[in-house]
Amino acid sequence: MIQAIAFYLFAFVVLVSAALTISSRNPVHSVLWLILAFFNAAGLMVLVGAEFIAMLLVIVYVGAVAVLFLFVVMMLDIDFTELRAGFVRYFWIGLALSLALVCEIFIAIGAWSAGGIDFARRAAPIDGAVPNIQAIGELLYSRYLFVFELAGLVLLVAMIGAIVLTFRQRPDSRHQRIRQQVSRRSKDAIRNVNAPVGQGVEL
Amino acid sequence: MIGLTHYLVVSAILFTMGVLGIFVNRKNLIVILMAIELILLAVNLNLVAFSAYLQDLVGQVFAMFVLTVAAGEAAIGLAILVIYFRGRGSIAVDDVNRMKG
Repeated sequence: MIQAIAFYLFAFVVLVSAALTISSRNPVHSVLWLILAFFNAAGLMVLVGAEFIAMLLVIVYVGAVAVLFLFVVMMLDIDFTELRAGFVRYFWIGLALSLALVCEIFIAIGAWSAGGIDFARRAAPIDGAVPNIQAIGELLYSRYLFVFELAGLVLLVAMIGAIVLTFRQRPDSRHQRIRQQVSRRSKDAIRNVNAPVGQGVEL
Repeated sequence: MIGLTHYLVVSAILFTMGVLGIFVNRKNLIVILMAIELILLAVNLNLVAFSAYLQDLVGQVFAMFVLTVAAGEAAIGLAILVIYFRGRGSIAVDDVNRMKG
C-alpha cells in the first residue's frame, strides 16, 4: 500500500515537473524543475531496489549536469522572450505528434508480452542477500571492466573537448609575466628626481 | 510490488514529454538540451525497471553507461552553445545553418 502511494506520488511529480521543464518561461525555472524531476525519478528507482543508480542520478545529474545548465543559463545574456516566439504556433502540432507517439508506445506496451524469457540464462541474476551497490561493483569491475574504462574514456574526451572548445586566449587581458617580474632590477625601476618646489614631477 | 507496466507507462509519458519539449522550444537550444536529458532519463527508468523485474543486474550497469554518455553529451553541447553564443550573440537554432563549417 505504502509502495503504491509512493509510486503514484513520485510518478505524478516526475511528470508534472517534466511538463513544467519544457513549458517554463524562464530557463532558470526550467533547470529547477528538471532537478525536481531527477529527484523524483531517483525515488522511483529506489522503489524497485536500484539504490546505486538512484544515488548516481542525484549526484551526477543534480550535482553536476543541472548545475552546469544553471551556470550556462545565467552566464549567457540571452533575450529568452524572443526565443519563445514560436511556442504557441508549434505547440498544437507538437502536441498532436506527441499524442500519436504516446499512443503508439501504449499500444506497443499493451501488445508486448514477455514470452520466451529464459530466466536461467540471465546475464547477472540479482542475489537478494547481496546489497545492490556491492553486486554492481562486483559486476562492473570484473565482467564489464573494459566497458567501464571506455566510459571513463568517453568522459575524458568530453572534458578535453569542452575545454578545447571554450578556451580562448584574450590578447588584451593583463597576464602576470613571471620572467619579466623576476628579471626586473631595482636600478631599472627606481629613479631619483630632484623635484623643484611647487612644480611637481613629470614622469 | 508495483507492476512493470506502471513503470513503462510513466517512462513512455516522460519520453514523449521530452520529444514535445524539442518541438515546442524549437529556438531555445538550452531547453532542447534539457528535453534530451528528459528523454535519457526515461530510457534509464525503463532500463532500471526491466532490470528489477527480470532480476538481472545488467540493466542497471547499462543505465550507468547511459548516464555517462548523457553527462558527456551535456558538457559538449553546452560548450558548443557557449562558443556559438560568443560568435553570434544569440542561440536561436534557426541561425545555425549559417555557420558555414
